[in-house]
Amino acid sequence: MSITKLLLGDEAYAQGAIDAGITGCYAYPGTPSTEIMEYFQSSKQAAELGIHRQWSCNEKAAMEEAIGASYMGRRAIACMKHVGLNACADGFMNSAITGANGGLLVTVADDPSMHSSQNEQDSRFYGKFAMIPVLEPSSQQEAYEIPAYAFELSEKFATPVLVRFTTRLSHSRADVVIADEARPQNPRKFSDTPRKFILLPAIAKKNYDELCQKQELFRQSSEDSPYNKLIDGADKSLGIIACGIGYNYLQEAFGGKCPYPVLKLSQYPIPRKLTRTLLDECKEILVIEEGMPVVEEMLRGPFGDARIHGRLDGTLPRTGELNTRAVQLACKLDAPDLPAPSEMLRARPPRLCDGCPHADTYRALTEACNALGDAKIFGDIGCYTLGALPPYNAITSCVDMGASITVAKGASDSGLTNAVAVIGDSTFTHSGMTGLLDAIWENAPLTVVILDNLTVGMTGGQDSAALGRLEDIVKGLGIPAEHVRIITPLPAKHEENVAVFKEEIAHRGVSVVIARRECIQTLRRKVKK
Amino acid sequence: MKCDIVLAGVGGQGILTIAAILGKVAVAEKIHVKQSEIHGMSQRGGSVFAHLRLSSEPIFADQITAGAADLIVAMEPMEAMRHLASLSTDGTLITDKAPLVNIPDYPELEKLLGEVRALPHALLLDTAALAQESGNLRNTNIVLLGAISNYLELDPAIIEKAIAEHFASKGEKVVSAAVKAFQLGKNAK
Repeated sequence: MSITKLLLGDEAYAQGAIDAGITGCYAYPGTPSTEIMEYFQSSKQAAELGIHRQWSCNEKAAMEEAIGASYMGRRAIACMKHVGLNACADGFMNSAITGANGGLLVTVADDPSMHSSQNEQDSRFYGKFAMIPVLEPSSQQEAYEIPAYAFELSEKFATPVLVRFTTRLSHSRADVVIADEARPQNPRKFSDTPRKFILLPAIAKKNYDELCQKQELFRQSSEDSPYNKLIDGADKSLGIIACGIGYNYLQEAFGGKCPYPVLKLSQYPIPRKLTRTLLDECKEILVIEEGMPVVEEMLRGPFGDARIHGRLDGTLPRTGELNTRAVQLACKLDAPDLPAPSEMLRARPPRLCDGCPHADTYRALTEACNALGDAKIFGDIGCYTLGALPPYNAITSCVDMGASITVAKGASDSGLTNAVAVIGDSTFTHSGMTGLLDAIWENAPLTVVILDNLTVGMTGGQDSAALGRLEDIVKGLGIPAEHVRIITPLPAKHEENVAVFKEEIAHRGVSVVIARRECIQTLRRKVKK
Repeated sequence: MKCDIVLAGVGGQGILTIAAILGKVAVAEKIHVKQSEIHGMSQRGGSVFAHLRLSSEPIFADQITAGAADLIVAMEPMEAMRHLASLSTDGTLITDKAPLVNIPDYPELEKLLGEVRALPHALLLDTAALAQESGNLRNTNIVLLGAISNYLELDPAIIEKAIAEHFASKGEKVVSAAVKAFQLGKNAK
């Protein structure tokens, strides 16, 4: 029996993992990966099956918790956005060295075009770096089916498997045929060779040799994979390698009738035989891949190859998401002339919501900084990055999660008189706490403003691990109680808040100001209920 | 049947409700659907859009090809014009005529509406008036859904049923106003 459901790519994947016998999902919110965990959290079936589905503090914690579940013989996934993989790269890379026991899927959603991100990094590089298999679903149906396949692959080769999503699959709904029954979870069963999980150099060296030897098995699995297909075409003047959802744009461009041979590629490492066949029988090669030119670069080699086309030679745009028109043009198909954009159009960028507490905090904080002089406000990742835009023009930098505090400290070390960091409550527990401890250690003259809106706002209002604990955390780290100040960011309290900021910024030691008022969006939802 | 619809508006205006209801209808009627949307920072009071593709044949891409959309449906006239390059030459643009002005340099409204009217197939609606007539000011998006239904090879009764199910938890009054808004939108010229 099967049922048809309308699911986002993220949701199809979560349902696929439930039906494949998962024991735990571990994740930190990040667009476009957030809906994987949210699906588990709203699924009655996941609740009944007792699947772990609580957010983790950050991606490193999520990754390692998933590793722990795998060591116990269970099936687990760690989910994150692409830059989250940077935050857990240590655990990720070394999980490839220890290997997995129960199926372990590291699930990463990349964001080409940077709809809600700081870069366009392509997680397939990480898969290659860690020397593990990578799967890249091309449709919501594949997103549903891949967990069962990938868990088996992971258990068969005792390796973590990286599953890569991109925005347009994560955030697109389609009709998906799903099973009406879930495979039972794995029983708890520790490894027969448990010492391999202890990465002492002597053991790690042996494990690394084994990982190198497994490469041929991984390649063979790619040759035999149901997700890699060489589809013949009569016209051999061109051969096309279509990776992940690139295959959909190709199919769309030709209405499903591509005259050229096509290698549909969704499992890596690259299947050598299939690729060799395509390269041998076709004159020119076009590589269509969402994200960075990973496959194209490998095929071109260090010295280039004039018959390989794609993002590197300008046949497709070097940056940004793919679309059907770009593929039409790359395949020299007719594409209609498009009208010039209307002169009436004006940009309508995202902005802080009306009534947002961050707006009141920025108004007071910039006033205090201007009054004191030689001040800079270093920003972080969240809605409050929008404080960079008019009318606030408040922040100097936004680099990565937690960087506001450490960048501010570096600037202070280099002579900036009034260094201020602004960081959200959830970003603070994600990776701000250790940086604050550094500042406390050296008693750096630094003011950290924690924008406590009681939620993870930008990704849609998830629970924050900081909830109800912020004062205790900062005092516990070593901020004296008199320099832990709490303000309510409201227009009526503006003068009062400016005064608090002035005092704490002028203080020649570390201080923390917690600006606490609930996110207007989550508040509105609660009132509606 | 095949219908490719670009839905456009400003974050919070409710374009995804239109997509959600039509998506449910499609699954119930065994029509293939792909509906792509953007979450995260891009939705905070800025331009938003979604692509909704319905077809009795399997659908390949999640996004509509430039110059191939059958419909642009917008909650706001400038956001409608933003997606003009998506529209096929015989496609129709349906938009609410009321602007949402949350930027300092919003263009001159009459000139903007003039550009919309100059298109070969355009329908400008006063959705606020029709929503008020339906008995619920929030129904502007359902009015647009009614207008869309004229371009779908679907029994309107099936869409009305889906609307009723969508709002069922909010009570009989909300449901009947929504169904009325759908009918008003369907008959709007």
